[in-house]
Amino acid sequence: MAEKLHFSLVSPAKELFSGEVDHVIAPGTEGEFGVLVNHAPFMSTLKNGVVRVLEGDRTTMRLFVRGGFADVTPAGLTILAEEAVDLASVNVADVDAELEEAKTKLLSEGKDSPHHGALQAHVDYLSDLKAAVVH
Amino acid sequence: MPSLKDLKNRINSVKSTRKITKAMQMVAAAKLKRAQEAASASRPYAQRMSAVVANLAGSMGEGAGGPKLLSGTGKDATHLVVVMTAERGLCGGFNSYVVKEARRVIRELITGGKTVKILTVGKKGREQLKREYAELFIGHVDLSDVRGNDYTDAGIGLGSEITQRFEDGEFDVATLVYSQFKNVLTQVPTAQQLIPAKAPEDAETIDLQGAIYQYEPSQEEILETLLPRYINTQIISAMLESGAGEQASRMSAMDNATRNAGEMIDDLSLQYNRARQAQITKELIEIISGAEAL
Repeated sequence: MAEKLHFSLVSPAKELFSGEVDHVIAPGTEGEFGVLVNHAPFMSTLKNGVVRVLEGDRTTMRLFVRGGFADVTPAGLTILAEEAVDLASVNVADVDAELEEAKTKLLSEGKDSPHHGALQAHVDYLSDLKAAVVH
Repeated sequence: MPSLKDLKNRINSVKSTRKITKAMQMVAAAKLKRAQEAASASRPYAQRMSAVVANLAGSMGEGAGGPKLLSGTGKDATHLVVVMTAERGLCGGFNSYVVKEARRVIRELITGGKTVKILTVGKKGREQLKREYAELFIGHVDLSDVRGNDYTDAGIGLGSEITQRFEDGEFDVATLVYSQFKNVLTQVPTAQQLIPAKAPEDAETIDLQGAIYQYEPSQEEILETLLPRYINTQIISAMLESGAGEQASRMSAMDNATRNAGEMIDDLSLQYNRARQAQITKELIEIISGAEAL
């Protein structure tokens, strides 16, 4: 394989991945897009979804991101995620438990609570995550 | 001349003080390690974020409109000063240095004829500034609930409060005064402009090799979602640095205190021994002269 794409995925908590890969497919708000090496400069917002890292035709890693930005420059692809997890390290039961907890909290807080928006977003994130894990 | 008993009491009291300062130093050292790890874990994100903002802002060009968070309100009349200090004391000059820097900034603005509003983060800064500028306060954020260096919620909360106030037209320029963590021995009180958002000058700019950026959705929409996050990120990393600085500062302050207590114990012990010796000599003289008199 000739040139490789430099890809890094960072969330506020930590740098999840940084290295050379062949191909990355990311969930843009306006549709999924793939990035190969020497892609034109491009920037997009991301929706909740799975970022797939491919080596050749094989998916080597699946990372779930919650919103954020993708920035493609000649230097490579950078994804700034609000929150991100490696799907390989996620356990369905844990997500389920967390989702239940978040839902109960959302119901108990009521619609007028100042946290309602944040909680709703958290529940959405968890249900999307669950869907991605089960898939 | 203090009596033997007094000296003994002093020595014991200094000894227990030394135990406390020693314990605090060790706790601070352990916390510092975690705080430093958290701060360095968040650094890549903050750096990349700055690079992206620098890129976007650069391609927007000067005065080309854009969101208010980037271009400002066009006025420079009301300033918001956000002062970030620790929740707790006993950490050397850490809080005082930040407050001193904040005072300098506030005074400069007031002399320049600006209206100043103050928002404090952390109890110590509030206590110190309240005396002088009580009427300028518009809010306070308490960080005492924050556990384990997870400032995400607190940072986002404060960030959205500031952005909201800005959108309500409460101020034109926001400056954040916090303690920048250089290394364990040096923390630099820094004033950093939050709004209008400025990309740091040392942000790595990327050579596009003549290509033109494409945006999805539009550049304005990206900026609109990116900028509040950029501000939040800046606040969170400031909180992390401030947290690490507080522990580092406490660690060295307590290290000094422990050492001073040790020296004091040595001095007092010497004094105690001399006094004891003098008393024994005195008693001997009394006994001998008593015996001679017989």
